[in-house]
Amino acid sequence: MSREDLVTLGGKMDGVEVIYSEQPVRPGSPAERRAERQVAAAFAGAGLSALAFMVIFVAWPWQVETPGGGYDLSALYTPLLGLMMGLALTLVGVGVVLWAKKLMPYEVTVQDRHEGASPEIERQTTAATLVAVGNATGIARRTLVKRSLGFGGLMLGLMAVFPLGGLIKKPGTALFETPWEPGMRLLTLGGLPIRPADMRPGALQTVFPPVEGGARSSDGVAMLIRLLPNQVDEFRPRPGQEDFHWNDFVAYSKICTHAGCPVSLYEQETARILCPCHQSQFVATDGARSIFGPASRSLPQLAVEVDADGYFVAKSDFIEPIGPAFWERST
Amino acid sequence: MSSRTAIQRPATPAGRTASALDERLTISAPLRRTLNKVFPDHWSFLLGEIALYSFIILLLTGTYLTFFFDASMQEIVYDGSYAPLRGIEMSRAYATSLDISFDVRGGLLIRQIHHWAALLFVASIVVHLMRTFFTGAFRKPREANWVIGVGLLVLALLEGVFGYSLTDDLLSGTGLRIINAIFLSIPVVGSWLSFAIFGGEFPGTVIIGRFYILHVLLIPGILLALIAVHLLLVVKNKHTQYPGPGRTEDNVVGKRMFPVFAAKSTGFFMVVFGITAALGGLVQINPIWLYGPYDPSQVSAGSQPDWYIGFLDGSTRLFPAWDLYIFGYNIPPLFWPTIVLPGLLFTLLGLYPFIEAKLTKDRAHHNLLQRPRDVPVRTAIGAMALAFYTVLWISGGNDLIADKFDISLNVMTWIGRIGLILAPPIAYWIAYRVCLGLQLHDREVLEHGVETGIIRRLPHGEFIEVHQPLGPVDAHGHGSLQYGGAPVPKRMNHIGGMGRAIKGFFTPLEEPPARPVTSEEEKQAELTGSGRPKDPEA
Repeated sequence: MSREDLVTLGGKMDGVEVIYSEQPVRPGSPAERRAERQVAAAFAGAGLSALAFMVIFVAWPWQVETPGGGYDLSALYTPLLGLMMGLALTLVGVGVVLWAKKLMPYEVTVQDRHEGASPEIERQTTAATLVAVGNATGIARRTLVKRSLGFGGLMLGLMAVFPLGGLIKKPGTALFETPWEPGMRLLTLGGLPIRPADMRPGALQTVFPPVEGGARSSDGVAMLIRLLPNQVDEFRPRPGQEDFHWNDFVAYSKICTHAGCPVSLYEQETARILCPCHQSQFVATDGARSIFGPASRSLPQLAVEVDADGYFVAKSDFIEPIGPAFWERST
Repeated sequence: MSSRTAIQRPATPAGRTASALDERLTISAPLRRTLNKVFPDHWSFLLGEIALYSFIILLLTGTYLTFFFDASMQEIVYDGSYAPLRGIEMSRAYATSLDISFDVRGGLLIRQIHHWAALLFVASIVVHLMRTFFTGAFRKPREANWVIGVGLLVLALLEGVFGYSLTDDLLSGTGLRIINAIFLSIPVVGSWLSFAIFGGEFPGTVIIGRFYILHVLLIPGILLALIAVHLLLVVKNKHTQYPGPGRTEDNVVGKRMFPVFAAKSTGFFMVVFGITAALGGLVQINPIWLYGPYDPSQVSAGSQPDWYIGFLDGSTRLFPAWDLYIFGYNIPPLFWPTIVLPGLLFTLLGLYPFIEAKLTKDRAHHNLLQRPRDVPVRTAIGAMALAFYTVLWISGGNDLIADKFDISLNVMTWIGRIGLILAPPIAYWIAYRVCLGLQLHDREVLEHGVETGIIRRLPHGEFIEVHQPLGPVDAHGHGSLQYGGAPVPKRMNHIGGMGRAIKGFFTPLEEPPARPVTSEEEKQAELTGSGRPKDPEA
């Protein structure tokens, strides 16, 4: 048998039949030579690009040299590497695709599908064998074995999960407390205490508790706001928190009660505090009540006063949990 | 046995190697079957391939990144090449991410390729899923592969979130804080779950290490296993195909796996990799050095997650501030849009094949795909889901839109809330009508022929447009072709009637061929409205 016949026979054995085949270009024609040149050009271009990548990788100045701004050649390092790597890979791809499209035969081939349910004899014999296997173990009859196996399997499965219990940490009161304690001074990011005269009306100062790592505190961080004169009259404290502010100064937790982002944007004129994550808005003159967006609760207020040395101090910890809510957080 | 002693000894070295392999593995038949396997050819079947290729790119670049990244939250003082951050306290995770960007030769390129490939990975999964949905490729016998695909999508999203949380810059730390809040919001177990995952109160010192091992080992391992099963099932069931001449439920029409299909796929992989590499070099992504280290008291305006989490950011922004108290216990508003909504969406998505089979009572075996227009209800449901998703996704960036287009932020939020309710039914209705319109047009063309664009004036003054029938016609000039679920040619050059398009992208590069001159005799022939010569006896 000739090779063609063998290929056809093999196809027949696999249920495959080529019903149409055509060489896209005539062998020996100018079109074929042109296609060959195109493929070769793509592969050669890929090789050259890869070479360029390697040269640039080794020889191009790559470390950032200009801390004072401005650009030097190193700014082009990554773009050039990417360009060359991209060119090299893409050109190999283009070459292979051109080769397949222009120099390999175009064909339409049909293959049979043998799908769906197996022939009835296969189904019957397999099902019988499965049942025989089950019967051989006697699992259906031996109730005691079956039940004890079920019990053992269940317990083993649970046992496999139990080591994960090592992960569990008791939340305790951690979510209800922050580092603030009565008499603690309010510190700036730089660690300095704040006097009333340090802030102009309308100003906002992010303040931290004076504890170890307080400036990176994820629950103690608060905002000290000095209201504008016209906002002082409008100021409505939350019930029971009438003495939490000090003159025209109010302090609120900076951690959003929705998802815990720091609420960072303060609009002086309207006394609105905006959380940039999900756009909840709170009003500083209204007990930091949430007036728009997905947050449902006011920002907790930190009771503040001025100590004998004239610096702001906290009168107590927050009286409610700060930040995002959770199951145990009543009210 | 006699058949074993009678084998021929090949003369060439390659033949001898092949023979030696076959003597040991009996591999001839399976190898020939693989070489001969027929794969149908359509551009939309390559979308899933893009996902596969991006995954390979992610494995390659990700492994490289692990050589330099240290997933530690230990605080150190940065002393690397990037001057603006020198002397600043940060975690080792952030510092080593900066080192990859500035102090590892070519590190920034690989980091950016990794990030681009991640975006492409999820994007191609989503588009592949849409193709599978709208063409009905999920129907029996392929329901299991649909479920696996939905699982792959969910895992890809998680993998992406864990990945971009690792760098511990201000943006990713803000994301971690929100993730923590989402865990906290889960009823009953929220605070315990959050403390178990974060090893105590947020942020703790372990979360990056834990996410890291999930990101580089556990989830990629599951992804790899599921991708393998996904592909094996495609091979086992053979690929679906679009209806067309000679294509039936019992065959596959296309190209044999080797050489053409394999060559094209290899080339396509190279092109995908090349484009991702070029993006990684030329288009900056996630410039972590601009954000600074994570600091719980700071955040930058316009903080956005990667695109594929945008829809959940949007749902979180749109959900009203509904606090729920049950016996004094709290279910915060955050719980619904971040846990319940995606849970529902992905469950519905995963169950869709079974829901559709139940409602349509379609239990048949399907290997031929459907054109979306032929299944208007499903297409309209898909359009509805996409509209819902799109409103959520746009709302995930509503602050940026409000800023760029000078719209009130609150208005954008309300547009999203109302749009979320109005857009899906409108999309359903439009898609449904478009499907019916397209169906009608297909049948119109089959009945009356292709519009030629040639207007004739008949001797008695009537104007008609000449139609080219696609097949034999009856006495009234009506075609008798039945719609077969395949595209119907609708322009003369689809059926070779108007010649090919003129070469040239911006300007014509060649002279258009002279138009065929209509003979006097043809001009005189009186035509009916459907373009057929008038029946002389009528």
